[in-house]
Amino acid sequence: MATTPPDLDKPSTQLGTTRSASGVRLGDRIFRGSSMGAGIFVLVVMAAIGTFLLIRAIPSLTSNESNVLTTQNFDPDNNDWGIAALAYGTLVSSIIALILAVPVAIGIALFISHYAPRRLAVILAYVVDLLAAVPSVIFGLWGLRFLSEHILPIERWINDWFGWIPVFGGSVNSASSLFTAGVVLAIMILPIIAAVCREVFLQVPRAHEEAALALGATRWEMIRTAVLPFGRPGIISATMLGLGRALGETIAIALILSPSYAINASVLEIGGSTFAANIALRFGEIAETGRSALIASGLVLFLITLLVNMGARAVIARRKEFSGASA
Amino acid sequence: MSTTLLPTNEPTREPESRSLLPETRPLPGWMPWALAVAAVGLSVLLLLALGSLNLPLAVVVSVPIFAALVGLASARLEGTRRAKDRIVTVVVYTCFALAILPLLSVLITTIQRGASHLTPYFLTHSQRGIGPRDEGGGIYHGIIGTFEQVGIAALIAVPIGLLVAVYLVEYGRGALARAVTFFVDVMTGVPSIVAGLFVYTAILLGFGTTPKGVWGGLALSILMLPVVVRSTEEMLKLVPNDLREASLALGVPKWKTIVSIVMPTAIGGIVTGVMLSVARVIGETAPLVLTVGATDSINFNAFDGPQASLPLIIYDQAFRSSPYAQDRAWATALTLILLVLILNLVARGIARWKAPKAR
Repeated sequence: MATTPPDLDKPSTQLGTTRSASGVRLGDRIFRGSSMGAGIFVLVVMAAIGTFLLIRAIPSLTSNESNVLTTQNFDPDNNDWGIAALAYGTLVSSIIALILAVPVAIGIALFISHYAPRRLAVILAYVVDLLAAVPSVIFGLWGLRFLSEHILPIERWINDWFGWIPVFGGSVNSASSLFTAGVVLAIMILPIIAAVCREVFLQVPRAHEEAALALGATRWEMIRTAVLPFGRPGIISATMLGLGRALGETIAIALILSPSYAINASVLEIGGSTFAANIALRFGEIAETGRSALIASGLVLFLITLLVNMGARAVIARRKEFSGASA
Repeated sequence: MSTTLLPTNEPTREPESRSLLPETRPLPGWMPWALAVAAVGLSVLLLLALGSLNLPLAVVVSVPIFAALVGLASARLEGTRRAKDRIVTVVVYTCFALAILPLLSVLITTIQRGASHLTPYFLTHSQRGIGPRDEGGGIYHGIIGTFEQVGIAALIAVPIGLLVAVYLVEYGRGALARAVTFFVDVMTGVPSIVAGLFVYTAILLGFGTTPKGVWGGLALSILMLPVVVRSTEEMLKLVPNDLREASLALGVPKWKTIVSIVMPTAIGGIVTGVMLSVARVIGETAPLVLTVGATDSINFNAFDGPQASLPLIIYDQAFRSSPYAQDRAWATALTLILLVLILNLVARGIARWKAPKAR
């Protein structure tokens, strides 16, 4: 550098043509390209999941002799199958899970964000997160071999007192019901709902809270007037994320439910099945057309969870624009 | 609130304090505790009268009784607004207890039923030649399978995940970056069974190949990728911009700035994220059901023939009603929980130890 005289004709390229210049460009180009490629790869994988499932689902859809949307039976090897019962079981167990989990999760989030002592809150939040770390197969084992015997008396009790409501009607003699499945799902989706709610509750502007308290509000009134309205989009998207998890949960449900392909109004009676559990349970014993039908049901599940998750993320993203909330 | 300045027993000041909060005097500090004892006593009496006294039921019954007692006492002494506040406090604390209860129950049950069977023999022998109704056997084949499959998943997901995160934080602008961020988020919600079905349709059916450990690893990597991206992204964002600018100002190329300044600064958080993502997929069962086959024998080669894995062993043994199979299921579950817990604890430890000091 020091020995070469400066080239006055091209002063602007002088900086760009130093020894490392081409190296810089090449290294940057490779790095930028590969990281961008990795980003595109994510989009490709998402598209590929849908495409491959669709391609493999078509044979069973064309050979099916029953109406896919309204048939409850699932016997694809005899070309008699539909997703009605699966959709019903998936929806009902997920709704039960949401009804049980959302209020409790909001309570947990409030506890950690506004009630627990500051120093303790971090540890308690971590304990709740540990619940999310327990593998689903262990929840299934626990549900099948521990919870079912303890929840059966409760289900009987509900059946005795509220049996006149069709949802709780029927005869209860086993805990392998959609209700038990819903309870286990509720436990499994608690941490994610609580975590997202907690993040949003922590982002409520201090000024709002202090204003409410300064006006003489009690802690609950402050939460009701400042925290919950601010956090509502967060609660909604957390609920949808929880719903997405519940819809796709496989192994715990497969272990707990005694599968049957019938739409039963009672959630306490034995039976019912879900998309995901049905795939795991039937995959081993079914023939080629059957697998194609399972793939078709998997495609439906994928599309439903995709919609639910996209909805949840869209709600969060819209919130981000004016509050900087992230989840 | 202003009790130190305005003595509440002074009658002339009464209307002013009422205008802020209809409060006469706060509930004495010992009162909630006394009410709690009373609530437990009442619920025990009630259950004795009904003839069905047991510990869980007593706890369940005493909580609402306690809430009611506190509410009533507070309503009489402090006014209804304070009463409502106290009831909500009880409800919020109860919610937290409700979340801890299943976690404790799962842990305690697993330890109780699994600990006595978790022996060195169990960890170093396979299930080969041992029927589901027989005693004995172990999970060595599953441990090998799980480690290899998760290792393959990490080998695929970690580099790609790091690159995606680098793209999003350092390069990504515009519509493409927004789409990638959005779909990474959506990808975290892809059901694990769908990841398994994808690998089954794309690889096993697509290439006409048989179930192998490596395909399980591939399916797991799809579940792992978004977790790695999200956690790495958060960590890269924490790296102060001053560091980047200082490096660039010294003439260091951008890629080198990222590789030797940004990444090392965030390495603690990145390692934590990777370990948490490993902890997340190590217990995944559904994709493996469709992709790795299953075997009772030891198979070191993930690229040839079916392989076992810990979650698959639990899934298989849990269905069997033989007490020996039950023992094996719980002992395997305990092994898996211990693995997940260790991964979590070590990950948090690293996070605390090497956290970027950006706050």
